[in-house]
Amino acid sequence: MDKNRVIVILAIGLIAISASGVVYILQPRAEQGKQALVVSTTTSLFDTGVLDEIEEVFEAENSIDLYFISVGTGLAIQHAKRGDADMILVHAPSQERAFLEEGYGVCRKIIAYNFFAIVGPEDDVAGIRGLPPTDTLAKMVEKGRAGEAIWVSRGDDSGTHSKEKGLWASAGFDYAALRDEDWYRESGTGMGKTLQIAEEFQAYALTDMGTYLKYSEEGLVALEVLVGEGEELINIYSAIAVSPSTNADANFDDAVTFIKFLVSDEGQAIFSDYGVDLYGSSLFLPAVALLREEADPDVVGWIEDFAYIEGSECPPEYRADQQDLYG
Amino acid sequence: MVSEILEGLMRALALIVSGDRTLIEVTLRSVAISGLATILAAGWSIPLSILIGLGKFRGRFLLRGVFNAFLGVPTVTLGLVLYLLFSRSGPLGSLHLLYTPWAIVLGQAILISPIVVSFVTNTLEAVDPEIRSLALTLGASETRAHLAVLRESIDGVFLAVTGSFNRAIAELGVALMLGGNIRGVTRVLTTSIALETARGEIALSIALAAVLMLIVATVSLTMNLVQRRMNT
Repeated sequence: MDKNRVIVILAIGLIAISASGVVYILQPRAEQGKQALVVSTTTSLFDTGVLDEIEEVFEAENSIDLYFISVGTGLAIQHAKRGDADMILVHAPSQERAFLEEGYGVCRKIIAYNFFAIVGPEDDVAGIRGLPPTDTLAKMVEKGRAGEAIWVSRGDDSGTHSKEKGLWASAGFDYAALRDEDWYRESGTGMGKTLQIAEEFQAYALTDMGTYLKYSEEGLVALEVLVGEGEELINIYSAIAVSPSTNADANFDDAVTFIKFLVSDEGQAIFSDYGVDLYGSSLFLPAVALLREEADPDVVGWIEDFAYIEGSECPPEYRADQQDLYG
Repeated sequence: MVSEILEGLMRALALIVSGDRTLIEVTLRSVAISGLATILAAGWSIPLSILIGLGKFRGRFLLRGVFNAFLGVPTVTLGLVLYLLFSRSGPLGSLHLLYTPWAIVLGQAILISPIVVSFVTNTLEAVDPEIRSLALTLGASETRAHLAVLRESIDGVFLAVTGSFNRAIAELGVALMLGGNIRGVTRVLTTSIALETARGEIALSIALAAVLMLIVATVSLTMNLVQRRMNT
């Protein structure tokens, strides 16, 4: 065949492909004509799949298109500060407080909670089963230095990693110094991968329950929960909108609509029902009714201690005139 | 391990046979984005290669060296730099490209340009210089002579384009950083694979990878066939 002809045919083919590609890529957005709400979210919420369910229900009722960007809590906050997200779903109260105080965040609402757990091999070589968290860590250091146990940390500035650093501090250890010790290993990656690494070394790790239950159920890890529940291990998820006075481009109205949905009975029910059929217990516990009715004074007290800012989930000056969120 | 891979392959087959909507959507999006990126990259890289490969100007070896060096750029790093560029507080923020398919198209086009430039430049230089002078003696213009050389090195051009498409569709860093893996908008095959792996859905993850490999194999095979037709 004549080369020129083939080239012409090829060129026409390529143009046709690219034209259909352009049409295809453009089509979904043009058709829907919906407002996009960019939500930067912590991986532990996203990877469990609960947000897929929330997205489905919310988008059916509102003409808002949810764009979830799944990153660690640290990066989620970075995104929001740079103006690349309209709101965040995170679980690191100390970082959240700074985000509010620096003027980036408003309308913080605590939406759900669960517990972190310390997991380890079934035979529990370090003998930590059932100990209080601070004693557990003291024991970890002792056994680690004796060369009998290994600890695997996320090491990625995620919410879970923040929690771990806080736990070392409250147990009286200097995290920065521990990092350099032999038995302390940093995976630098997500929760699922970290669990698999811990499994490989028959090591110990701090995990959020959502990811653990999922991986354990799928048979991907055989590590057991050795220390769970209790004040020090509470894991609290919050929603925060980007302040319209800091970033006028932020889609503030839709962010408020979405936060209202998350704290509504309907939204809260998704959290409490999610995963019950698969794992026998829910991965996330709804926080709104609990805080309103003070149903479980112990847990309410823990949330107040750990995640309240100046005695409230969001001090009045950061409420951006959205009083109805705080009833 | 073998059973998991087998399960993944069976899952892939089941998804393809049943015409799973999400799978089709994600696959088409991957092909469209990486296909456009390849066309874009070829569009500016082939003329540039002619300039570098056949032109005579100072600094062209330096330029080649730069492109060769960028063959090895880590995709996450390129993704990060472009993220800073496209971020709303970045210099190109006002274009609102971040988290759109267009951002991935541009990012992948930049990622694969060095592949096209290096490979095409190389084959152009390997063509017998007699061909160009012969064309010029026969009264061809400078442009026509260049086209004659390009035609002689068409095999290398094919390889460069096929290879760069495969690199684009199989890369993760740029798609993740610039697209954000948003369901129904920027979720492509590689970001789905990463997500499903993180979610512990091993079989689904392997199924998606099988589909990706199938596309790469099909494209390479088709290009090979076209090339053979042309050479006979």
